[in-house]
Amino acid sequence: MTQDDFWQGVRGGFPVMVSASPFGALFGALAIDNGFSLFDAVFMSATLYAGASQMVGIELFGHKVQPWLIVLSIFAVNFRHILYSASIARHIRHFSAVQKFFTFFLLVDPQYAETEKRAERGEPVTFTWYLGFAMIIYIPWQITTLLGAIFGQMIGEPRAIGLDVLLPIYFMGLVLGFRKRDNWLPVVAASSLASIAAMHFVGSPWHVSIGAIAGILLAGCLPLPKRHEEPVTLEHEV
Amino acid sequence: MDSSEHMQLIYIILAAAVATFLTRIGGYVMITQMKRIPPRMEAALNSVPAAVLSTLVAPAFVYGGFDVAAAMLVAFVVGLRVSSLWMLAIGWLAVMTIRYWSL
Repeated sequence: MTQDDFWQGVRGGFPVMVSASPFGALFGALAIDNGFSLFDAVFMSATLYAGASQMVGIELFGHKVQPWLIVLSIFAVNFRHILYSASIARHIRHFSAVQKFFTFFLLVDPQYAETEKRAERGEPVTFTWYLGFAMIIYIPWQITTLLGAIFGQMIGEPRAIGLDVLLPIYFMGLVLGFRKRDNWLPVVAASSLASIAAMHFVGSPWHVSIGAIAGILLAGCLPLPKRHEEPVTLEHEV
Repeated sequence: MDSSEHMQLIYIILAAAVATFLTRIGGYVMITQMKRIPPRMEAALNSVPAAVLSTLVAPAFVYGGFDVAAAMLVAFVVGLRVSSLWMLAIGWLAVMTIRYWSL
């Protein structure tokens, strides 16, 4: 019974693993390009296990951005998880404290979505099922990170094979993914213009903090929305 | 990277890991304690990802050179319709095409 649950989880997580793997490899390769060692890249994948924020982290580190801003940015990109853990609380009441610890550590977007779907179908959300679903994503995430990093070490000049455009395009995809959020356009416009100006007048890495603060301040001052929105999920995100 | 810089990176990763874990347990803690985030702070926090990410996109577009800007433009147009993996593939193809033809 419990073993069945585990394998059911593994089967459910398999397609997620397949679609996340290119991003794991991309993260590994670009981490090396931004000054990480093989160990650093896998260490980050193993302890954060949050793809989009890992990409943000390596890019900011590569730009020599101040450490506090790197950590804050990663926190902010992952902030949506707060909504997930609030929402799955009712399904995991029967887990032990240790099980809850691992449940939250492994709570990536597709894991959240599948847990909700399973509860909605009336199937039991067991820890073994949850762990099976998580492990088929978590373990390959480490392996693809390592493979990507090894590949990254073999590349002399990333520009020659076009690796340098991948992060800006990846981030652009993320920005577009947030477009349903309140005040998205004014925030993006303010941060973009402020960062372009700061890059010109102040220089890197200040363009990141100055641009970000411009958009955040604007969002804090704009009129508050009336309704509450669903959390925005990143479809491929680990 | 010297060893003190490397230690700093390890600390950054550890701090980021703790911060990430806090986001993953935070909602659970909040819902069991029934506290709310002030709405203006929530609005500001909600804007942080788009704000930070825009600063990584816009300067690359303006100062990255013609080939990067053109590839980003192509990726932007397809990005409104396709998944991000396709966006990356098409953007990469665009920049490689431009670099190949301008050699």
